[in-house]
Amino acid sequence: MSASPSPADRSESACTGADIRLEHVSVAFGEHRIVSDINLHVAAGEFVCLLGPSGCGKSTLLNLVAGFLPATSGKVSVGGRPVHGPGRDRGVVFQSTEALFPWLTVQENVEYGPRMCGVPRSTRADAARRYLELVGLGHAGSRMPGELSGGMRQRAQIARVLVNEPSVVLMDEPFGALDAQTREVMQVEVDRIWRATRPTILFITHDIWEAILLGDRIITMTAGPDATFKTVAPVSIPRPRELTAPAALELYRDLREDIASEVRRTLQAQGLVREGLVREGSARDAAA
Amino acid sequence: MTTLETESPRYPAAAPEARPATAFFDTRLARFLTGAFSVSLGLLIWEVLSWHFQPLFLPSPQLTFYAVGELWEDGTLLQSIGASLARIMAGWSLGLVIGIPIGMLMGYFSFVRRLLDPYVEFFRFIPPIAFVTLAVIWLGPGEASKVALILYTTIFIVTINTIAGVLSVSELRLRAAAALGAGRLQTLLTVIFPSTIPYMVTGARLAMGNSFLTIVSAEIVAAQVGVGSMIWTARNYGKTEWVFVGIITLGLLGYACDRIVRFIVQRLLKRYAVAV
Repeated sequence: MSASPSPADRSESACTGADIRLEHVSVAFGEHRIVSDINLHVAAGEFVCLLGPSGCGKSTLLNLVAGFLPATSGKVSVGGRPVHGPGRDRGVVFQSTEALFPWLTVQENVEYGPRMCGVPRSTRADAARRYLELVGLGHAGSRMPGELSGGMRQRAQIARVLVNEPSVVLMDEPFGALDAQTREVMQVEVDRIWRATRPTILFITHDIWEAILLGDRIITMTAGPDATFKTVAPVSIPRPRELTAPAALELYRDLREDIASEVRRTLQAQGLVREGLVREGSARDAAA
Repeated sequence: MTTLETESPRYPAAAPEARPATAFFDTRLARFLTGAFSVSLGLLIWEVLSWHFQPLFLPSPQLTFYAVGELWEDGTLLQSIGASLARIMAGWSLGLVIGIPIGMLMGYFSFVRRLLDPYVEFFRFIPPIAFVTLAVIWLGPGEASKVALILYTTIFIVTINTIAGVLSVSELRLRAAAALGAGRLQTLLTVIFPSTIPYMVTGARLAMGNSFLTIVSAEIVAAQVGVGSMIWTARNYGKTEWVFVGIITLGLLGYACDRIVRFIVQRLLKRYAVAV
């Protein structure tokens, strides 16, 4: 299912992204098929949210694009070049705040990427300070990651990725471990930062509201194993978005029904409720 | 005085009774007193026991104390400590310098691991004392044989701990480094090495303890000076109290060395999350 790019507002900043293309991609571990026949084209500078219950293979798709995982069959390419292993053109923001190097200061963490490709000391220090400023951590450069709150650590991770000026940013439930209030702040921040730097973003979440707030397009997946895309919903609400808009509410209801039906299908197939696989909202719907 | 001053903020004058009864035992003074009490009790038991035996069988604390003075006066004690410490430091440092890179390479490159594993797994079960004779035959009765034995005992402990550290580096950190553009060698030096430091420190501390075990056996067999040879010489003179001096010296030296390592680690390696 190759969905065409949605018209997104490109006025704010020049697009620096590259497009992502997945063609007939499948991943299997032995007999166990994770995802099957995935076709996806994410346009350069587009913000796409992958939405689905846990265990449906969202992270698998992200790992494919990041180069952490090879496709069993099919083609994965970024900016027209096939993906072979990880690279600095594709930044990854991990869910776990442990992804920062705890023995380096926040500033040194952000400088890490430029240091690895030989950028001179003063140039990379300036760049790191600029990106720390962008994510609102201009004051915290000299602190150790362990001294920061969860939200601040995720800001630092985002700065560490953006300083490499990647054409694609892959975000794997980056705010899943944060408390609700911090998460809301960070969602607004990501929207702002994306509009300021305009990379292509593939954003994985199980939070429907988060997807509506951020995505140009929202893609839901069928429940795994052997998962594939279920629906592709363009979001035409102007940014910065208000979740109280009638269009947002309507979209929320549609997406929730989509996901709930997948969860119901899984439960029926298994004949039992497996706690870890079901999110609260969907579980309630499934039980109803 | 200093102790009392530093503790004073813990005793608010307004409500001293609000303090739980157990808190006294957590104060620095109380912890020191507890330790001092324990040592005194041990000395007392030793004293009482020594009343019932000949000095050749069990010398009293007092006799041992005089022996310390005696060995200190003629310079034997200081010379022995110096000789033993120099051997331990030389062998142990060499062991770290060689063992850590070997461990890193074995942990990171499975080819190197398979290549060296048979030797590591074979030799780590052979105690250094088994090599004392060989060391003397091959390296002579001089310093080299003793340093080599300390080196031997250090390398395996440090290597095995380092391998364990490399293998337990979280996949998350490796992925983060790779996605930020780090190559394989860069990842080894900038992510795996710092992540492994706590394991290296554990290995180094264990190896320090084993070095003390090894030095005595090495010096007993072949050495003119050293704490081990001092203990052995005591036999010729029927001076059991010298044996006690040697034993107490070893215990105190080992304790002091570990304290120094911990102090340095806490100062220099705090950011690598080393728990000591």
